[in-house]
Amino acid sequence: MSLMKRISLIFRSKANKALDKAEDPRETLDYSYQRQLELLSKVRRGVADVATSRKRVELQVNQLEQQAAKLQGQAEKAIGVGREDLAREALTRKSGLTTQIDGLKEQRSTLQGEEEKLVLAQQRLQAKVEAFRTRKETIKATYTAAEAQTRIGEAMSGIGEEMGDVGLAIQRAEDKTAQMQARGQAIDELIASGALDDASQINAGDDISRELDALSSGSDVEAELARLKAGSTPQAIEPGDGGDILQESDEVAARREAGEGGPA
Amino acid sequence: MIVRILGEGQYDLDDHALDALNGLDTQIEAAIESGDEEMFRTALNGLLASVRASGTHHDMDTLDESDMILPPPDATIDEVRQLLGDDGLIPG
Repeated sequence: MSLMKRISLIFRSKANKALDKAEDPRETLDYSYQRQLELLSKVRRGVADVATSRKRVELQVNQLEQQAAKLQGQAEKAIGVGREDLAREALTRKSGLTTQIDGLKEQRSTLQGEEEKLVLAQQRLQAKVEAFRTRKETIKATYTAAEAQTRIGEAMSGIGEEMGDVGLAIQRAEDKTAQMQARGQAIDELIASGALDDASQINAGDDISRELDALSSGSDVEAELARLKAGSTPQAIEPGDGGDILQESDEVAARREAGEGGPA
Repeated sequence: MIVRILGEGQYDLDDHALDALNGLDTQIEAAIESGDEEMFRTALNGLLASVRASGTHHDMDTLDESDMILPPPDATIDEVRQLLGDDGLIPG
């Protein structure tokens, strides 16, 4: 027998067995309808869960991208002060992050795909549940018990197949989400351990930053010194500095006036 | 006839379209038996693509059974084995 045929038979028999619980035909209808509503709310929850996981992955991508940008900046700064070794270290770390970011982006698109599939599954099930409800009322109102049995059988197998399909879709989405959550957890832990230098801790404690800061404060001192030396000759005073001095002396004058006009 | 792709919904197909699908179906079966994931993927994607191409979406608000049910596009060999077996991939 063909593969397609085998899958159909097995799938259907399982799906129908799941619904085949009540004895009274009318009870069967109500029982099934109840199950359908439960499944509908389960698929809604499924959509929400997948969306939450996707958002979390997006957050991680943002964090890591900020971190990569920071390392890029550090590399440029290090080259600027002639420290190729530091630049190399920063770029090496950045390339490690890039791999992580690519992996996360792949996860994000997988989750997005799952989310879209579940949304469509929800729409399909919703339409079928609505159709079933109408059919259920018709069967209850119109048919004699003997006729109802046949009609119920038809309605049940149609909805049973859809429920089996949607149930399977939810289960697969849950499995995928769980896998990604485990990986997401690992990345969170990595960020927390400082191995990836969390972007929220910029300048707080990574060694490249510290060394660059030390370098730049060293070179700032040199630059300041050079400026002071140059400043000893009056011609070198910049207009901006002159302005500041004026402003400062105005302030001093104002304070003095205020002091004189005080309690005396 | 009605064909369902799991996770995707039902399609209406002409009966003669089935002949074209049978070849791919046999390939998938062979791939599953030999555990050839690559051949399985190619054949499954081919099969699903031709169902989508030659079929039209079946009305959503009907309660009709499918004549054929196909695995989802991202199913692995193991998953299809489970579908065929009794491991309860289809939740009760």
